[in-house]
Amino acid sequence: MENITLNHYLTLAAILFIVGVIGIFMNRKNIITILMCIELILLSVNINFVAFSAFMHDLNGQIFTFFILTVAAAEVSIGLAILTIFYRNRHSGAVEDSNVMKG
Amino acid sequence: MIADLLFFMFASVLLLGAVGVVSAKNPMFSVLFLVLCFFNAAGLFILIGAEFLGLLLMMVYVGAIAVMFLFVLMTVDMSVDVKERKSPMFTFASLAIGAVLLVELIFALMGGVASTGRIAATIPLVDDVENIMQLGQVLFTNYMYPFITVSMVLLVGMVGAIVLTHRRREHVLRQDIGEQISRTREESIALVSPTLGKGIS
Amino acid sequence: MITPEIVFTIVLLPLFASIIAGLFKPYIGDKGAMGVTTTAVSISALLSLFTFYHMAFKHDAQPAFTEILYNWLNTGDLNLNFGVMVDKLTVTMLLVVTSVSACVHVYSIGYMHHDPHRGRFFSYLSLFTFTMLALVTAPNLLQMFLGWEGVGLASYLLIGFWFKKPAANAAAMKAFIVNRVADLGLLIAMLTLIVNLGTLDYAVIFANIGEFSDNTFNFLGYDMHMLSLVAALLFIGAMGKSAQLGFHTWLPDAMEGPTPVSALIHAATMVTAGVFLVARMSPLFEFAPSVLEVVAWVGGLTAFFAATIGLTQHDIKRVIAYSTCSQLGYMFFACGIGAYPAAIFHLTTHAFFKALLFLGAGSVIHGVNDEQDMRKMGALKFAMPITYFLMLIGSLALAGVPPFAGFFSKDLILESAFMSHSTTGVWMYALGTVAAFMTAFYSARVFYLTFYGKHRGDKEAFKHSHESGASMLIPMIILALGAVFSGWLLHDMGNLDWWQGAISIQSYHTGLESAHHITWQWKYLPLVIVCLGGLVGTWFYLWRTDLPAKVSSALGFVYTVVYRKWLVDELYNGLFVKPIKCLSKYLYLYGDVKFIDGFMVNGLGKATVISGMLLRKAQSGYIFHYAFVLVLGVCALMSWFIL
Repeated sequence: MENITLNHYLTLAAILFIVGVIGIFMNRKNIITILMCIELILLSVNINFVAFSAFMHDLNGQIFTFFILTVAAAEVSIGLAILTIFYRNRHSGAVEDSNVMKG
Repeated sequence: MIADLLFFMFASVLLLGAVGVVSAKNPMFSVLFLVLCFFNAAGLFILIGAEFLGLLLMMVYVGAIAVMFLFVLMTVDMSVDVKERKSPMFTFASLAIGAVLLVELIFALMGGVASTGRIAATIPLVDDVENIMQLGQVLFTNYMYPFITVSMVLLVGMVGAIVLTHRRREHVLRQDIGEQISRTREESIALVSPTLGKGIS
Repeated sequence: MITPEIVFTIVLLPLFASIIAGLFKPYIGDKGAMGVTTTAVSISALLSLFTFYHMAFKHDAQPAFTEILYNWLNTGDLNLNFGVMVDKLTVTMLLVVTSVSACVHVYSIGYMHHDPHRGRFFSYLSLFTFTMLALVTAPNLLQMFLGWEGVGLASYLLIGFWFKKPAANAAAMKAFIVNRVADLGLLIAMLTLIVNLGTLDYAVIFANIGEFSDNTFNFLGYDMHMLSLVAALLFIGAMGKSAQLGFHTWLPDAMEGPTPVSALIHAATMVTAGVFLVARMSPLFEFAPSVLEVVAWVGGLTAFFAATIGLTQHDIKRVIAYSTCSQLGYMFFACGIGAYPAAIFHLTTHAFFKALLFLGAGSVIHGVNDEQDMRKMGALKFAMPITYFLMLIGSLALAGVPPFAGFFSKDLILESAFMSHSTTGVWMYALGTVAAFMTAFYSARVFYLTFYGKHRGDKEAFKHSHESGASMLIPMIILALGAVFSGWLLHDMGNLDWWQGAISIQSYHTGLESAHHITWQWKYLPLVIVCLGGLVGTWFYLWRTDLPAKVSSALGFVYTVVYRKWLVDELYNGLFVKPIKCLSKYLYLYGDVKFIDGFMVNGLGKATVISGMLLRKAQSGYIFHYAFVLVLGVCALMSWFIL
């Protein structure tokens, strides 16, 4: 892996991040996809951390990835719980139906 | 060479999977694409030397989170036939902003990290010790308190999920132990002296 | 022995009375308010009399002293105090102000007894008394200015006391605004003094004035003789308060106020504040001979012009008001030729007889059912004999007939003018003598039109015309005593030595010193002229009552101009009032309604509503919109940091 540099990983993470971001506001169908997009974004962050850790010979990056995984898990569990009650109350999971915040 | 090939393979599949997550019509497919993404990311992690994290990714994400997504999708009916009202302007603007952001990110990392050179590692990686061992040694010593804190986060997440989704149904008889114990004689027993031949009405 | 406490009591008693009457009227009632204020001012008057006696008549007279009540403000080198400065000038003014004020208070009890707002009236009167006392006792120019503005305020409140009368409101505003214009001069004078001398204390100014006699000061781009500039500006302030030519327009209009107010404020005390100021600042004015020249001319011309207008007016109070203007003119030209003692002497005697005349006029007006037009009066001699008699005394004193008070003071002024050996002095003598002729004439006119002939007004009112009550007559009698005897009792005032340094005159002003060397022809000429004026007046208005109409129609245009007060009001209306009104109207229409109300106030509201409507659209409620904006922001921030 002599030819693969840190920049490759960082570029990959950046592209993944952009895909996740675009996914958040391009998606109109259901909220669950938004949660998945968030997972993608977190994954891109994780890739960054691990890449930095490996290329700079520092374990801190991996430790942080570990913590991020934990937080992501908690976040997903809460997000899905919210989604469940949202659906229970409104009988729809479509993003376009959830505009209670409209001013 | 093989490592390079593997990187490009994992990376391209990862990106394809990500695009799939975003673009799939059926959320079920999105979840499966997500699983694909995680597998490839795990491959990348292992490729770069973080075996434990790679395995963890597979176990946690694929084993727990993706399954939870699937589970939720199965219980709630995410109707696929919602009519999308996408405005072409918005789509174009989204893609444009994404492109600009991407260019800027790459521009930043071209000029930024690579040029600054190495920063001295605070917890250096040692090559001849297993990854999981190193992680464990650091995690349970240097990062003890964050570790405990993050476990609390998990606990709170779990409790929160239960509290949020739990609902108290009406017309369901439940046992209330406290109520049973705190019953007094006065509220339980009524002494009557029925008239002969009439009974208690 | 006069202690500072006595003087403080004199000054502050009316203030406390005013506060009690003004704020606690609901608890003490109208009678209580009248009692409190009248008692307080009467005590002040008695104490003033005591003080005056001690300072002025005892052989071992107390020297002047200054007492600080408290330090008001202290900025840098400027140190300003509240306090009293007691010297001959102060005690003279104290006596004049408090005695006339006490008389007017008592008089008002009778005069205002129908008025539903008596409490307020008495509170204002006492407030006026306090501010006037603060003015005359001030040890520095700033406290003087405070009192100066205070009397202006009290004057405004009292002119507009009958606030339901539009004319009274207009007159009050006119008085206030005209005075404001003049006060600007006074203010600039004070600032100039602060800049150049660093102090406003009389004592310090007078002690060091010699050192600054040649200083120049750059004012509005011109290098001017500093003391002349200050003197001129001070005089502008004095002109406003004392209704001198140019600023005189407010005084006749001020007669819309209740008559006791006219007597107290617009005849005896407040309007003499200007004369007092010039006399008080005499050490400064003495270093500004060119300004004194102007003072003399303004005074002389005012004496003349106001007298001419006085000849033609029909309203009894207006005639007396113009007479006041004219007499103030005498005082000013006395100051202008360096005879300040004569001016203050005349001020004192004038206060008594002019207050008496006004109160007499008030008594007449009161007696004939609030009629002020002399054309509708007449033959009141028998209905109100005491008033008749008192008015006679007042008129004789005003005209300057011996042995009444006016004779002594007016004579001294004219003699001083004649003997000052300058062109101005002789001119002043001439103007003063002509004015004296007119004074005698219009005094006679008022007198005969009111008390003699046939009654020309409402028959019913004539039948009910009656003598005023004791509460109105007694103060008039007291003032009449002053009008008769003050000239004779106080003729020492005419000597510079009597003032013990309260007034200073440079040696180049010789008029006052040599006044008694005047040859007998010139000494008795004014008296002869006065008698002549009186006789002509008698001839016109008692013996040949058809003459005035003939003369006035014969004079035609001249008469009209004089009757219209030399068209000064019209001139000012055209020159200042109308343009300002026009400007104000446009400022109102475009500045206020369009810009401030329309653009600023409503516009701000509309802008808020519109921006709210626009921003509301941004709140779509859709997460992806928010996320989009968020990413946009991130993008912008990144661009900022990268580029």
